[in-house]
Amino acid sequence: MEINQKQSRMKTADSAGEQPSRQHSRRPLASAALAPGLRFLGWLLIAAAVILAFRAGLALIQDKTTPRILAMLIATGLGVAGVWLFYWTLDRLVALLPVARLRRRLLPLVFAGPALAMVFIYLVYPAALTIYLSFHDARSEHFVGLENYRFVFTEPAMRTAFANNIFWIIMVTSASVALGLIIAVLFDRVRYESVAKSLIFLPTAISFVGASVIWKFVYAYQPKGRPQIGLLNALVVQAGGEPVGWLIERGINNLALMVVMIWLQTGFCMVVLSAALKAIPDEIIDAARIDGASELQIFFSIVIPTLRGAIMTVATAVVIAVLKVFDIVYVMTNGQYSTEVIANRMYAEMFRYRDYGRASALAVILLLAVVPVIIANVRNIRRQRS
Amino acid sequence: MHRYTFQRLLSRSVVHSAAIVICFFWTLPTAGILISSFREARAIRTSGWWTALAHPFNLTQWSLKNYGDVIMADGLGNAFINSVMVTIPATVIPITIAAFAAYAFAWMRFPGRDLWFALLIGLMVVPLQMALIPLLRLYTTLDLNGTFLGIWLAHAGFGLPLATFLLYGYIAQLPRDLIESAAIDGASHFRTFTSLVLPLSLPAIASFGIFQFLWVWNDLLVSLVFLGTSPDVTVVTSRLAALVGSKGQDWHLLTAGAFVSMVIPLIVFFALQRYFVRGLLAGSVKG
Repeated sequence: MEINQKQSRMKTADSAGEQPSRQHSRRPLASAALAPGLRFLGWLLIAAAVILAFRAGLALIQDKTTPRILAMLIATGLGVAGVWLFYWTLDRLVALLPVARLRRRLLPLVFAGPALAMVFIYLVYPAALTIYLSFHDARSEHFVGLENYRFVFTEPAMRTAFANNIFWIIMVTSASVALGLIIAVLFDRVRYESVAKSLIFLPTAISFVGASVIWKFVYAYQPKGRPQIGLLNALVVQAGGEPVGWLIERGINNLALMVVMIWLQTGFCMVVLSAALKAIPDEIIDAARIDGASELQIFFSIVIPTLRGAIMTVATAVVIAVLKVFDIVYVMTNGQYSTEVIANRMYAEMFRYRDYGRASALAVILLLAVVPVIIANVRNIRRQRS
Repeated sequence: MHRYTFQRLLSRSVVHSAAIVICFFWTLPTAGILISSFREARAIRTSGWWTALAHPFNLTQWSLKNYGDVIMADGLGNAFINSVMVTIPATVIPITIAAFAAYAFAWMRFPGRDLWFALLIGLMVVPLQMALIPLLRLYTTLDLNGTFLGIWLAHAGFGLPLATFLLYGYIAQLPRDLIESAAIDGASHFRTFTSLVLPLSLPAIASFGIFQFLWVWNDLLVSLVFLGTSPDVTVVTSRLAALVGSKGQDWHLLTAGAFVSMVIPLIVFFALQRYFVRGLLAGSVKG
């Protein structure tokens, strides 16, 4: 890079020198005055070259004919080097400015500016526009007032989605937190604690899509008389029952989907609650025992109250995750058979029905639902710290 | 053993059997697809996967054919590479941008600093659904739909508030003397940042990095919206979701496919579990 800089600087100097009007610039005094300007120009040229190379690289990874492994290497290089070169070039450009005060003023802009610009483009502007679009029609041409919200709250399929989301929040949150707590206490201090906890925690690492495939296989259904390849139906048939279409049968299918989410979230709850459990001082427990409290009393009147903060933290985190649940429903039923939820319906409005107004209204509702939960969460975490 | 444990409440044997039963049932669904992924298509269709365990050493029933099929013929191999192409930059870019910003907010003076910082962090509450439609339109105008650059930047933008929040918490707590002595030694901010602050912040970077890496790798929604399902760009999750739709009964492909999609997260999980837990806890506050 160092050599490149020098070369391009020399090139700039040469080309400037060739112009007749700049002949006098060869005189030492004038050239000293010109040097920073030329250096600046040189840096601009390098920046331009970098941008061109970057564009060529992007075109190459987008090109179907590029060998995939090569494309992978280039993409990694571009993404990683690109962002660093970006900051480095900006820093160099600012360093070349002649006035120290200007440099001091611009440098924070170089460091913090890109982050602020990014969140403005990717969050502030879109969120504001989404609110605006939610008051407009499907193609965002006419103002329709609260029509989208009226539709979203009254149309039967939408009401199913809302009802399901509430059902999800209640069931998944209580089940994950309760299971997480029971498992945390149960596994505490058994010899194989870390292995056992890893097994429960493992699902948190895999994708919702992967988990959906795993559970779809558990729920697999074959008509009566055929060998059942799904674990659950095999058990049912073994017990003398009829095979059940777990994902089709109304009343059961929503629960079947929730089980997937519970399976994914319990590990998270367990880890947080287990850490909190280990932080309870032994003295408190011992004192209670000396006072003659039974083990069950200790659990409900000491352990649970002490863990209240941690329980609230995991519960709010699960509520937020559940509010936005999309992948599980999208993959397993795509909202059919009364299993719709808000986030999946929003996606459907966006791509299947092309109704940006209704999709935006759903997004706004999601935001309004999430914000109070997060505020409660932050407050709770603060209270725990103090 | 003075601690409160169920071992006192219940008898030891009850605790152990309960723990083992829970672990067993928790792992069973995953075991089912792992075992099935090595069985022949016909065997999977006609008998439960557990029947294969009756004679596990009958090696003729195991094969890697399903993996070959799903990776080559069904394009999951390509999708896997696309996932790598999306995930690595989509992890490094937000970390870098956030680290620079966190340094500025922690160690530089400029007007409106606290206000800008509060704004940036406050955006954590915005669910990304709020951003999808306007960005989709913007991307259509800029011709960024279905491009890797487009999805890198989208993931970076969505991850930035959390990343800045976490890295600021760490970078702002570095000793003041350290930063000031670097300045006295004549180091520029850029140099102080790259050779002092970044190396020292590695634990925070690792925690967020793992969180963001798995988040992007496992993401379905953002990739469906901005990258789409065309085979030359689609990622492993959306390819697998498409397979569920088009070949929902071909369990030999779906089970192998699910495992292909899970292999990287599982490696990360087992190799970096400590950082993973920290990152997950930190990430739980995101909207």
